[in-house]
Amino acid sequence: MSINKKGTLERKQNIIGWCFTVASIILIITFVFYPMIQAFITSLKSGAGNNLKFVGLSNYKRLLTDETFKKAVFNTLIYLVVQVPIMILLALFISVLLNDKNLKGKGFFRTAIFLPCITSLVAYSVIFKSLFANDGLMNKLFMNLHLISSPINWMTSPFWAKVTIIIAITWRWTGYNMIFYLAGLQNIDPSIYEAAEIDGASATKQFFNITLPLLKPIILFTTITSTSGTLQLFDEVMNITGGGPGNASTTISQYIYNLSFKYTPNFGYAAAVSYTIVAMIVILSLIQFKVAGDNK
Amino acid sequence: MKKTTNAFKYIFLSIASLISIFPFLWMIISMTNKSVEVTKGSLIPGTHLFENMRNLFTNNLHFANSLVNSAKISVITTVIALVVSSLAGYGFEIYRNKVRDRIFSILLLSMMVPFASLMVPLFRMFRNFKIFGLNTTASVIIPSIATAFLIFFFRQNTKSFPKDLLEAGRIDGLSELQLFTRIYVPTMKSTYAAAAIITFMSSWNNYMWPLITLQTASKRTAPLIISTMSSSYTPDYGMIMAGIVITTLPTALVFFLMQKQFVEGMLGSVKG
Repeated sequence: MSINKKGTLERKQNIIGWCFTVASIILIITFVFYPMIQAFITSLKSGAGNNLKFVGLSNYKRLLTDETFKKAVFNTLIYLVVQVPIMILLALFISVLLNDKNLKGKGFFRTAIFLPCITSLVAYSVIFKSLFANDGLMNKLFMNLHLISSPINWMTSPFWAKVTIIIAITWRWTGYNMIFYLAGLQNIDPSIYEAAEIDGASATKQFFNITLPLLKPIILFTTITSTSGTLQLFDEVMNITGGGPGNASTTISQYIYNLSFKYTPNFGYAAAVSYTIVAMIVILSLIQFKVAGDNK
Repeated sequence: MKKTTNAFKYIFLSIASLISIFPFLWMIISMTNKSVEVTKGSLIPGTHLFENMRNLFTNNLHFANSLVNSAKISVITTVIALVVSSLAGYGFEIYRNKVRDRIFSILLLSMMVPFASLMVPLFRMFRNFKIFGLNTTASVIIPSIATAFLIFFFRQNTKSFPKDLLEAGRIDGLSELQLFTRIYVPTMKSTYAAAAIITFMSSWNNYMWPLITLQTASKRTAPLIISTMSSSYTPDYGMIMAGIVITTLPTALVFFLMQKQFVEGMLGSVKG
């Protein structure tokens, strides 16, 4: 009798559990997982607009000979390889400086460096576009400091267009990563450092032997989110350089957008391109997990 | 030796702070200048503030409209997202069972899905919808209601929620839904605040999906209008900066008034 009663109570609890969670489950399936499958099916089709015919893997084969696609992948990887490490190291360095108990004005520094996070990606992109105009403030500043002898063509040089974007992203996201490290540092027991100091370990030694290993899970987390964010880079490129000059600063996301909504829509091919981002995110995350796991 | 490292620390942090703050000063100075002065890098406040504002609101750019659209979309998204995600986070944690735990981990995988791979299928999906199809406010809101991030955030915070309160409520004869609305929601106010801030921010600043779905200028959100203004052949930077300052104000206000919850929301569930 009592077992039976317990059984119905459990069943009731189970039903209530479904009631609370069902809306979110349906929404995520409908607007993330279902479209993901749709995108894959679409990637096996080809044609303009809605006249899609099944073509097998030919969209994926086309990727191999598409120069714009190669350019977009190359650029995206450049942003990733150059920007993410710079930003992570900078954020780590700043957070270690800020974690000093005796530091004066800590609150001010922390708030100031975090402040870029409140801007929208479009807003700060436009701000950077104006700062890096050909006769703009940055050129004026660098000329006055005698760092350069003639103005840099930030927007019209393939090299400097990418540099501008890397500077902009680093400005926007360093503070964001910093607060993760600060939160992590605050969880480290100060007595560990005190003990290390008694043992005569230098500040550098303390950083590499205590701080870095203890922050590893958070560094892994921020590296994965930054990697995923950089692989999807879109707003900045659209609004700072427009992908130009030519396609010199374009990214995979922007190329997908152009293929779908700017040129004659080719949804099948765009979907195939989009799956390369999925593949890259999965592979890079696995590698990062592996690297972090091996060093344990 | 110690003194020089200390001095280095302060100099480094001051420079980092200056670089971080400078673009904010720049947009405030620039909104008082003519466009030519902005592109020439003038750091002296000018007298064109009112002219820039007037241009911004009267130039047939739908800027005022876009602020209303943005506000509408962000507020509705935030309210619905908080209801749906907190119900889910609570449900997954309080009524735990194996099947739902597995579904939960599958839902978490959706955080890895890049939006770039969703834009084409979502566009085609919404094109077929009759009531909330492309170019409607609803089409912007619906895909961003349920995010694994927010559900995870609520579930993590529910872990530290005192469950005895629920038992006490059950003894008092509250229904399961009342336990949620009368006990859980009031206790979790600061979690809701943090979640509201982060959701409002991402909705207010959202660019890619609104760019795809909102096709008529009068329906567009503020980031889209600013982007359009700056991509014209001769962008009026004084006016654009005025627009940027206005669209940054809401998030700046929230940040300075509720810094703690703001940072908590950003950190999500990583802390501790």
